[in-house]
Amino acid sequence: MNEKNINLSIDIQGLKLKNPVIAASGTYGFGREYAEYVDLNDWGGISVKGLTLEERIGNPPPRTVETPSGMLNAIGLQNPGVHAFIQNELPFLRRFDTAVIANVAGNTAEEYATMARILDKADIDAIELNLSCPNVKKGCMAFGSTPEGIFQVVKDVRRETRKPLIVKLTPNVTDITEPAIAAQEAGADILSLINTLLGMVIDIHTRKPVLANNTGGLSGPAVRPVAVRMVYQVAQAVSIPVIGMGGITSGKDAIEFILAGASAVMVGTWNFADPACVKKITEEIKAYMIRYDISDLKELVGKVEIY
Amino acid sequence: MTKWNSGIVLENKRIRSTDIYIMKVRLKGDVDPSYPGQFVNIRCSKGTDPLLRRPISILRFDPAENIFEIVYEVRGKGTQYLSLLKQGEDLDVLGPLGNRFCLKEEYERIAVVGGGIGIFPLIHLLESLPEKVFADVFFGFRDSDRILWEILPKKDNIKLYISTDDKSFGYGGFITDLFKENTSDKKYDAVYTCGPKPMMKIVAEACMAKDIECFVSLEERMACGIGACLGCACRVQTENDKIGYGHVCKDGPVFNARKVVL
Repeated sequence: MNEKNINLSIDIQGLKLKNPVIAASGTYGFGREYAEYVDLNDWGGISVKGLTLEERIGNPPPRTVETPSGMLNAIGLQNPGVHAFIQNELPFLRRFDTAVIANVAGNTAEEYATMARILDKADIDAIELNLSCPNVKKGCMAFGSTPEGIFQVVKDVRRETRKPLIVKLTPNVTDITEPAIAAQEAGADILSLINTLLGMVIDIHTRKPVLANNTGGLSGPAVRPVAVRMVYQVAQAVSIPVIGMGGITSGKDAIEFILAGASAVMVGTWNFADPACVKKITEEIKAYMIRYDISDLKELVGKVEIY
Repeated sequence: MTKWNSGIVLENKRIRSTDIYIMKVRLKGDVDPSYPGQFVNIRCSKGTDPLLRRPISILRFDPAENIFEIVYEVRGKGTQYLSLLKQGEDLDVLGPLGNRFCLKEEYERIAVVGGGIGIFPLIHLLESLPEKVFADVFFGFRDSDRILWEILPKKDNIKLYISTDDKSFGYGGFITDLFKENTSDKKYDAVYTCGPKPMMKIVAEACMAKDIECFVSLEERMACGIGACLGCACRVQTENDKIGYGHVCKDGPVFNARKVVL
């Protein structure tokens, strides 16, 4: 086995990725922000900052706080709106050889459907439904935490678009397989998980939460074992492909998710520590494949050997 | 010319018995120059804890040698990691980040007000000041041990006023009082301030009352440092007088006091 024979590309329900490493929504802006530090062509795909129908200003600061091997955030979906994204950000991203995934969030099922209708005509490769942001008062996790909520939104969106439809799941539920199955039944093509775990940090001197939103979403290496477990459970429960994420920092971490059942992975918080991590992660995946004589990454998906 | 991504530590020493350190780093490659007001975001771990980089103001930059200097106070795990770096070790550093202090060509007289570890970006500004510009500089420190004589600018066009909170040196009390007492009859082209937020607020309000341009350099909890995560939000006035959020890393760290809500 040598590097030339290795195939990292994958077609997930029509979403074509040249490699399985995607930038996770909310950590990568619109790609432009990182372009001075990393070659955006290195990514298999980029999932852009969560879009809403209208512009949103987001939550008051402080919005982030560091935690052991992780961080909490409560940005509150600050974004310029879906139209501004298509007009001002998408043309720049399209200059690179990488799949563009539009991540969308709404207050109502109708808003999700409207955005899907708009994005269906845009030059994007897939739509990712954010049914899992824990930091806004309406929509998002309110839908994503019940199978009924998920089913309704995904069904309404499915009618509006033929683009590959990814549904991003929240881990803040008792049984992750329930919303996963509901999304599949409503017509999702792909599931992505996990979004952040709801958390809280308190300043003992002021006796106030550090975040102005009181709570925020936990991400980073601290959540990885939880994420791997949930990806494994979901991959067992559904027949559609899964994109895994949660604290990935290396090729080794990515392989863990792939063995658990992920067809591709997303890297989020680690971009803050190492903006050039995508190349290292891809190289480390290749090195693993050479070591174990695997020519096509698809051979590894879900190949964890359970006791 | 490229953004900074790595360097080698040339010097990293503690200033007397304080918990403040000065570090000198040589950058690798053909790098962009930095300007007063800008900062670096430094990786403070070889693993995952601490996870996030630490944003630190640039004290000086020497474009001929590709050397920059920072001063930092050891406050937690991240800065402790920095303090243990030895000469010759690699530093993972992103920079130069953020905007810069606006110093217009026609300016003749400025004032600078800094508190504690907020003085460092202001020193970068003062060291690059053209000779024709006169500066009244007001620096407040907790106590006399923390007055960083080693790096305070000594130039003919700079007049230094110092206060200490514990009255152990210079004016005993708030630097904002010393500033007000000595500037009531003076007309500045601009005032620059960096330090604790209440201090900057008093300085900014005093300037706006006299219609003097005032530039504040802000600090906020930050993750990426390059405008992607939107974590370091600060309240700004938008065009139609509504409240919006700007970001300290990309729209700042320097803001016109009229455009930001302190």
